[in-house]
Formats: sequence, structure tokens, C-alpha cells
Amino acid sequence: MIYLTLFWEFFKIGLLAIGGGLVTIPFLYDLTAQYPWFTSQELTDMIAVSESTPGPIGVNMATFAGFRAAGIGGGFIATLGLLTPSLIIIVLLARYLKSHSDSLVFATLLNAVRPVALALICSGGVFIGRSIVTDWTIGALAMGAFVVIHFWRISPIIYICLGLIGGLLFA
Amino acid sequence: MKNLYELAVIFFRIGCFMFGGGSAMLPLLQEELVTKRHWLSEEKIMDYYSLSQSTPGIIAVNVATFTGYDRAGLTGAVVATFALITAPFIIILSLANILALYMSNPYVAKAFEGIRIVVVPLIAEAVCRLWPSAVKSKWDVLSFAVALGLAVAGVSVIMIMGLFCLIGLARGWKRGWK
Repeated sequence: MIYLTLFWEFFKIGLLAIGGGLVTIPFLYDLTAQYPWFTSQELTDMIAVSESTPGPIGVNMATFAGFRAAGIGGGFIATLGLLTPSLIIIVLLARYLKSHSDSLVFATLLNAVRPVALALICSGGVFIGRSIVTDWTIGALAMGAFVVIHFWRISPIIYICLGLIGGLLFA
Repeated sequence: MKNLYELAVIFFRIGCFMFGGGSAMLPLLQEELVTKRHWLSEEKIMDYYSLSQSTPGIIAVNVATFTGYDRAGLTGAVVATFALITAPFIIILSLANILALYMSNPYVAKAFEGIRIVVVPLIAEAVCRLWPSAVKSKWDVLSFAVALGLAVAGVSVIMIMGLFCLIGLARGWKRGWK
């Protein structure tokens, strides 16, 4: 029974949250009022944890809440519930696109949305930047890193590892 | 079968290093799918991002679903989606009982301060690389600037997407869908 409730609650979030992880947060706060799975304090902690672990916050929160409610199985069911709606919608959309790739209306829409999508990606960078660039040294460091990344194209994984080591040594 | 295995490995690896949500996944995706394997063009990635931001669900997960479907149909979509969240899933399960301990560890805070300083320029570089695929006219530059301003000001993604879809449709209709 608890599995069904978990699946359904996170299925709804997965269906309603358009625009990524941050959009899931208000829905998650609503859950704290209805169920004893996690407190709003734990949700706030989880937002911080999601910044310090890999993975999208929505997925992290589903895993955490499900685990709290019903162990590892619960974590799995809640995560599955969160992912199911988008999986279905995107597979249907991708299938439709394959057979209707010449639709003019659709092409017009996509052309209009592309610069907007890029701006939203950019705003993701701005939000992370705002939280870390607190003084000139860090700003200069980030600018320097950009120049290196721009002209010396190696795997981003290597840069992320370098950032981790740098943080441990100098932060 | 080899295709599915490769999808699983790629998206598992991206899941391990994806710090900071959908935007932060972009540089990793470009590296694996465009630079290394030539599976997708920058244009295709841009389209998947545009669609992923306008459909329900977690953006990073949606991009994985799209890419998986493109490579190997329904099975590919499922494999890529679950491979992406495998590492975050295991990490959260292992941290669930020691959240406070993990967060108060000074080394964790230091390491992630370092990572975030790198993630921001990585996203900036990814945006530079995608710019030619997304912004092709003066109108597009304007759209980009206005959308960025709205997003930074805190307007919700669904509002911004809805607004520009309507504008796009109006302009298409005015030109007679040419």
C-alpha cells in the first residue's frame, strides 16, 4: 500500500513538473504537509545535499523520501514513479517526431524555442555562479578556468576532478 | 546489444559527474555524444534540450530518454534513463541516514566549492558551442536576452516557454508558415 502511495505521489510530481528540478521543490513541500516521509527541514537539507552530490534534485528527493517511507524498495518505487510520466511522454513525442519531421508548425515552434532553451541553460549557470562567486578572487578564478576550458578541450570530467582537488587543497 | 551496453556506460558515467542539474549535464553530454562518438550533432543536442525543457519531468532525465530513443528505440530510452540515475540513486541511499554528518563535513564543503567554480565555466563553454545552433538571427538574439533576463529574475520556466511558443506561433502564422 505504501508503495502504491509513493508511486502515485511521485508520478504526479513527474507529470506536473515542467522545467526541471527546481520546479519539483514546491510539490515536495506539499508532500511534507500530507505525509510523515520527511520534514520540511530535511527537504531544505536535501536541497543542499543535491548541490553536493551528482544527480538532479527531483530524483534525489524521490529516492530519499521513498527510502525514509519504506526502505530501499520504497526509494526505488518513488524514483520509478517520478520517471514514468516523462518516459512515456518523451517516447511518444520522439516517435511522433520521427514520422512528422517535416511539420512546418512544429519546425516554427522549435526555431522559436531554441534560443529560449539556450537562455535557460545559461540561467542555470548564472544561478550556480551567483551562489559561489562571492569575491573577486573566485570570479577571477572562474574566468581563468573558462579561458583554459575554451582553448584546451579535454573531457569535462577531468576539469570537474581538478576542481574537486583544487577545492580540497585551497578552499 | 552493443549499442545498449554503450548507452548504459555513457549515461552511468554522466550520472556520476553531473553536479548541478540539467545545465551541468550539457558539457558532459557534448563530450560523450558529439566530440567522442559523433552520434549527435550540436543541432540535435540543442533540439533535445529545447524539447526536454518544454515537457514534464527532470530535464537531464528527459535528454537521456531522447538520446536513448534516438539510438535504440524504446529499450534504448529505458536503458539510458535508468543508467543516468543509477549513481545518484546509490549515493542518496548510502547518505540517507548520515545526511547531517555528510553536510557538516568540512572536506565535502571544500571539494564542492571547487567543483562549482569549474561547473560554471563548463556551462558557459557549452553555451558558446551551442550558440550557432540555437541563435541564427537578430530576433533569436533578442529572444535569448529576454528569456535569460526573465529566468534570472525568477519567472518560471513554464511561463517563459509558453510565452515564446505563443510568439513563435504568431510569427509563423503572420508569415503564412513559410
